[in-house]
Amino acid sequence: MTEQPMVRFDKVSKRYGSLTVLDGLDLDIGRGEKVSIIGPSGSGKTTVLRMLMTLETINDGVIWVEGEPLTHMQKNGKLVPADTAHIRRIRSKIGMVFQSFNLFPHMTAMANCIEAPVTVLGMKRADAEARAAELLEMVGLGQKKGHYPSQLSGGQQQRVAIARALAMRPKIMLFDEVTSALDPELVGEVLEVIRRLGREHDLTMLMVTHQMGFAKEFSDRVCFFHQGKICEQGPPNELFGAPKNERTRQFLHAVLEAG
Amino acid sequence: MIWDWAFALEILPTLARAAVVTIQATLLGFVIAALLGLAIAVARIAVPRAGWAISVLVELIRSTPLLIQIFFLYFVLPNFGIVLDAFAAGVIAIGVHYAAYCSEVYRAGFDNIPRGQWEASIALNLSAWTTFKDIIIPQAIPPVVPALGNYLVALFKETPLLSAIAVLELMQTAKIIGSETFRYTEPITLVGLFFLAMSLVSAMLIRGVEELLNRRTIR
Ligand SMILES: Nc1ncnc2c1ncn2[C@@H]1O[C@H](COP(=O)(O)OP(=O)(O)OP(=O)(O)O)[C@@H](O)[C@H]1O
Ligand SMILES: [Mg+2]
Repeated sequence: MTEQPMVRFDKVSKRYGSLTVLDGLDLDIGRGEKVSIIGPSGSGKTTVLRMLMTLETINDGVIWVEGEPLTHMQKNGKLVPADTAHIRRIRSKIGMVFQSFNLFPHMTAMANCIEAPVTVLGMKRADAEARAAELLEMVGLGQKKGHYPSQLSGGQQQRVAIARALAMRPKIMLFDEVTSALDPELVGEVLEVIRRLGREHDLTMLMVTHQMGFAKEFSDRVCFFHQGKICEQGPPNELFGAPKNERTRQFLHAVLEAG
Repeated sequence: MIWDWAFALEILPTLARAAVVTIQATLLGFVIAALLGLAIAVARIAVPRAGWAISVLVELIRSTPLLIQIFFLYFVLPNFGIVLDAFAAGVIAIGVHYAAYCSEVYRAGFDNIPRGQWEASIALNLSAWTTFKDIIIPQAIPPVVPALGNYLVALFKETPLLSAIAVLELMQTAKIIGSETFRYTEPITLVGLFFLAMSLVSAMLIRGVEELLNRRTIR
């Protein structure tokens, strides 16, 4: 890749006590690239996203975002732990959508979407509302602006969560099994929104998913994780069509069997 | 005759004035308790390094009698050049004492906020201040209002301790009336009735606030 990657994991390790969850992970994600992460439970998929979102500290290595270290600062040519201002500046490039939505239950859909733009970006309330209205419209919830999360279905809540993340104008969007908590009939509407995002926005997207069909159709690249390492990666038609690694074959076989 | 209506009526205005002092002490004390308690609970989370020191302080305050703390502020602090009048010393002591209890109430409220709310706040890049102000506190406080209300009533019932440093609140006033007239029945009974009535009224108010909050949060 000649262009600077949007995100670079550089020998990143994560341990919980004696348990090594990620082991020297190297992963480059290009600008605008759509990358899916698949793999068995406990292989460290969620941890990758959480580290990039700074929800988890890392034990070794460096994560780079557009050529800048995420949790470190360059000082006299050395990397030192970053201060809050630095972390917040880099973090502003990243948005995340969670499996369990995590909407603010005491706020309407609209209030959820303008909270950060007003308090963090310093947008005027009216401007933030106009932008949030557009986003809620885009995710098909133009009529639900005044609804509280408890008045919305799971699929609708997740679409609000997507709009809320987009309101901060991130360059990178992280999706962690965003349809896993949904009733099957609601999965489609959320995936449709993500599809639309991929088409219409110049976003770099990194998603953990168990929807193999979606990963195949949507992503530019699929990474198969196993025991804290990328076991195999490649374009979806290769990885799904002709997996080279025995573990990948076993995993895909098991998943397709179950699905 | 045990109960003298005329005497009771005669001392009523004096007691009423003292009741104002009791209510002032209660409200000021509770404002300190509620705000300082919140500050302590927030500091525990926002400054993890201070957690140990805060725990020791809270435990110290909760494990020593309020009366000793009142005496400490009023009689000991002047030795260090800090001179407070009796009312100020009493109100601050009561406020700080109950702040220790209230901080535990808020802490329970914070503990009940799902981790996902904090994580969403980080993912949206909210500052720590905004996270507390807009996300955590509005969700944590309504469920703990009843517990805070109980402490308001408890604090109110402890204000007679202020008579020990001669604050002219109800109890002290009743004692003075008693020692001057040698009649204790009426003043002490009236003070007791006042506390009973106010406690019942507060309990009702708290229930009202609780219902209001429930209606606003459960949709
Ligand atoms: N806070 C924690 N403390 C200890 N261990 C943890 C913690 N968080 C995650 N782990 C462990 O790290 C490993 C990787 O977890 P992770 O959530 O990244 O897996 P995953 O690939 O997302 O799995 P799943 O498909 O079930 O979501 C697991 O073994 C998990 O038990
Ligand atoms: Mg996971």
